[in-house]
Amino acid sequence: MSALQKNRADLSARLGADVPKAVGFTQHARARAMARLQAMGLPHGRDEYWRYTAPDLLNGAVPNLGAQHPQGQLGAALGPLVLTFCDGVFDAAASSDLALEGGQITLLSTATTDLHFAQDIYGSLEERGQTPVARPFAALNTALAQEGVLLHITGKIAQPILLNYVAKAGQSDVILHHCIKLDSGAEATILEQGSLGARGNLVIEVDMAAGSALHHIRSQTSDDAALAVTHFFACLHANAALKSFTLCAHGRLIRNETVIELVGDNAVAHVAGASLTDGPDHHDDTIFITHQGRSCESRQVYKNVLKNGAVGVFQGKILVRQSAQKTDGYQISQSLLLDGDSQFLAKPELEIYADDVKCSHGSTSGAIDDTALFYLQSRGVPRAQAQALLVLAFMAEAVGEIASLDLAEDMRAQIEAVLQRSRL
Amino acid sequence: MVDQTAEMIARDGVDQETIDTVNAMSGKYKHGWETDIDTEYAPKGLSEDIVRLISTKNEEPQWLLDWRLAAYRRWLTMTEPHWAMLKYTAIDYQDQYYYAKPKSMAEKPKSLDEVDPKLLATYAKLGIPLREQALLAGVEVPEGAETRKVAVDAVFDSVSLGTTFKAELAKAGVIFCSISEAVREHPELVQQYLGTVVPASDNYFATLNSAVFSDGSFVYIPKGTRCPMELSTYFRINAENTGQFERTLIIADEGSYVSYLEGCTAPKRETHQLHAAVVELVILKDAEIKYSTVQNWYPGDENGVGGIYNFVTKRADCRGDRAKVMWTQVETGSAITWKYPSCILRGHESQGEFYSIAIANNAQQADTGTKMIHLGRNTKSRIVSKGISAGRAQNTYRGQVSIHPKATGARNYTQCDSLLIGDQCGAHTVPYIEVKNNSSRVEHEATTSKVDDDQLFYCRSRGMGEEEAVALVVNGFCKEVLQALPMEFAMEAQSLVAISLEGSVG
Repeated sequence: MSALQKNRADLSARLGADVPKAVGFTQHARARAMARLQAMGLPHGRDEYWRYTAPDLLNGAVPNLGAQHPQGQLGAALGPLVLTFCDGVFDAAASSDLALEGGQITLLSTATTDLHFAQDIYGSLEERGQTPVARPFAALNTALAQEGVLLHITGKIAQPILLNYVAKAGQSDVILHHCIKLDSGAEATILEQGSLGARGNLVIEVDMAAGSALHHIRSQTSDDAALAVTHFFACLHANAALKSFTLCAHGRLIRNETVIELVGDNAVAHVAGASLTDGPDHHDDTIFITHQGRSCESRQVYKNVLKNGAVGVFQGKILVRQSAQKTDGYQISQSLLLDGDSQFLAKPELEIYADDVKCSHGSTSGAIDDTALFYLQSRGVPRAQAQALLVLAFMAEAVGEIASLDLAEDMRAQIEAVLQRSRL
Repeated sequence: MVDQTAEMIARDGVDQETIDTVNAMSGKYKHGWETDIDTEYAPKGLSEDIVRLISTKNEEPQWLLDWRLAAYRRWLTMTEPHWAMLKYTAIDYQDQYYYAKPKSMAEKPKSLDEVDPKLLATYAKLGIPLREQALLAGVEVPEGAETRKVAVDAVFDSVSLGTTFKAELAKAGVIFCSISEAVREHPELVQQYLGTVVPASDNYFATLNSAVFSDGSFVYIPKGTRCPMELSTYFRINAENTGQFERTLIIADEGSYVSYLEGCTAPKRETHQLHAAVVELVILKDAEIKYSTVQNWYPGDENGVGGIYNFVTKRADCRGDRAKVMWTQVETGSAITWKYPSCILRGHESQGEFYSIAIANNAQQADTGTKMIHLGRNTKSRIVSKGISAGRAQNTYRGQVSIHPKATGARNYTQCDSLLIGDQCGAHTVPYIEVKNNSSRVEHEATTSKVDDDQLFYCRSRGMGEEEAVALVVNGFCKEVLQALPMEFAMEAQSLVAISLEGSVG
């Protein structure tokens, strides 16, 4: 069987016999996504953007859930509005009331009207994000997702909205698709925590009107065996500001793709990630930021800590179009390899077509600084604790991208908990 | 001739079928053969016959012909790679001459008066002495008339014109000659090393080169020898529609040292010409090779008409401990540049360095960089790449740093800077960084910026012309790489930087 034939066979096996019949406002988007998916097939190891992450596990059978790692609630001090999804199904009993001042929350499964606000968003940001790099899992998500949150933010909302994922069933194969629309001048904080399921596929599409602001924080401390592919698509109009941070710990294979388009002038996008990887874990951050508007700023800060043969992947790209003069683009990816078996694979790319720009990227990889470790030990700090301190310090730049002090503190506590648990 | 070939093959135990094929081929080209001897042109296009013809013309032994044919057959099954950020009209491999030799000495320009005055003006700007200008323009060089201590091997279209300073080099035991001569005089060395760094199956263009390479340079530096002078090769494509496929093989035996310079030129043509070269460096224990290139192939005109398509595979293999290699390149010419001089750091504590200036102006496109493959312990590599884009040009740095699990204590430092002149051009960076142990340290940084207005304004206020000011700023930007070049080349490269950017401002 040729690679292409195998890919087709894998795809039909993955789609199964009973592709649900699409109804309502999403049906055209779903049909187009299905056509896209059929045309590109599932990713395989020879795809340029899958060279460092073999997609075989994601294309294969759904695994059993592994050991769960409970964590404290994110943003508990801020009293968030909680929306719980248990194995991909909305759990009303474990969720807050959906009424929201300054916004409107509906669920994908119940939104069947033809003129829903999300009809311009659902699948359209994902579709734009397919060029120049194909993202088959996102198309698969658009075509098949049955549940998700449709969030329309009209005002400034101080209360964070927490998307709480719980995995209980043995071999849950979860697909969630959220759409978030921020009107001009609207502001919101979206939090995500937990494990989607044994295998998760999450797409978030964010449309940010002029002058809107979104703060997105994700704590992906899932279980040991979980497989997950997430896509975060955002389109920023003039003066919009996005800040996104992801903490990723545990999980057998996690691929987080962030696709951001700065279409308006003076928009700002900061994306950051901290990843703590142990054992056979494989974490992949793939970022693609397109500068289209003038005087926009983008910043990528990614930190990986790896041990016991873990693999960390960073593929970050800044594309500056000819119209995007006065762009300020920055990207840093750093890894700390705690032992000799771990690997860090990076491809930090720049593609620039405008001349009046300031773009830079940096990537480093190495072991923990022995001198620093020795100093801390000489001051009476036990070795394990000293190492944890140094790891925390290494992560600090990424955690510093979180604007809210409370949430940053929560994240620090979670990182410390992971460090203690796995004695990194 | 026919019988002789058949006999030789039969001796090597080749089956009857091959002999029949060869006989049939020879019969078919009987007429063309005789005209070819007169004109010294192989027929246009590529086929097994052409491969055999090149081999026969170079009086090659059977093993090399077999090697070429294997490469050719493999090439037929391969597809042209298109992952580079390059856009060009499809290459018609059948519309090229694969072997062209100046018809006779009378056909070559006899004096500088017969050479395109624009070409001479360029050389004058480069500050190349007249003696060398003559050589570059392809004018006959009287034997023994050299005064400078640089041994030169000039390759004109497909054949080597001759190598200077041979006797003096021979005294030191250094072998420096054309590769076709090396195949005849030192077959054991060629057979031992040819294709061991860049195998015939390596990539599309290298495989094509393995099948049809016509000439190139061969260098062997014996054990413990420091080559008494710099070695230099000038490559020149002269004939229209001619592909140049040279192959360079340099072997630095244990504890030896050599500095090798390579220069390239081509006249103005309205058609695109293909250049697919392979350079193989073998560096044994404690040896060092310094390989410098000033590539100034014809870049095409402002509208992208004409120019050389430059697809080159260069690789160095540091086989012994503490072996060292240094690639320095100044890439100013060619319509298309596809070139990644690489280092395989196999020996423990071996070192690889790569210094590059790539300038793309007008419609030029360059996709160039390096690969540093760390296999041995405590290996070190350093990459400094400076890319300059002007006009509508696209300039890409593409590089790979790979630290294998066993390459403990390895160290890499990479710096790639891009400079943009004008808002129609592009500068891209595509690095691949693969670290597979934790005792190694890898650092990569890249920046992109435009020519600083304040610096330009300062230069202008001191009475400099705009182009002069840009050239000064750009030369400052490239300083780190220019300093890595040998003296003779540094001066030439500096002027070349200025010439390449002419017409990019104002």
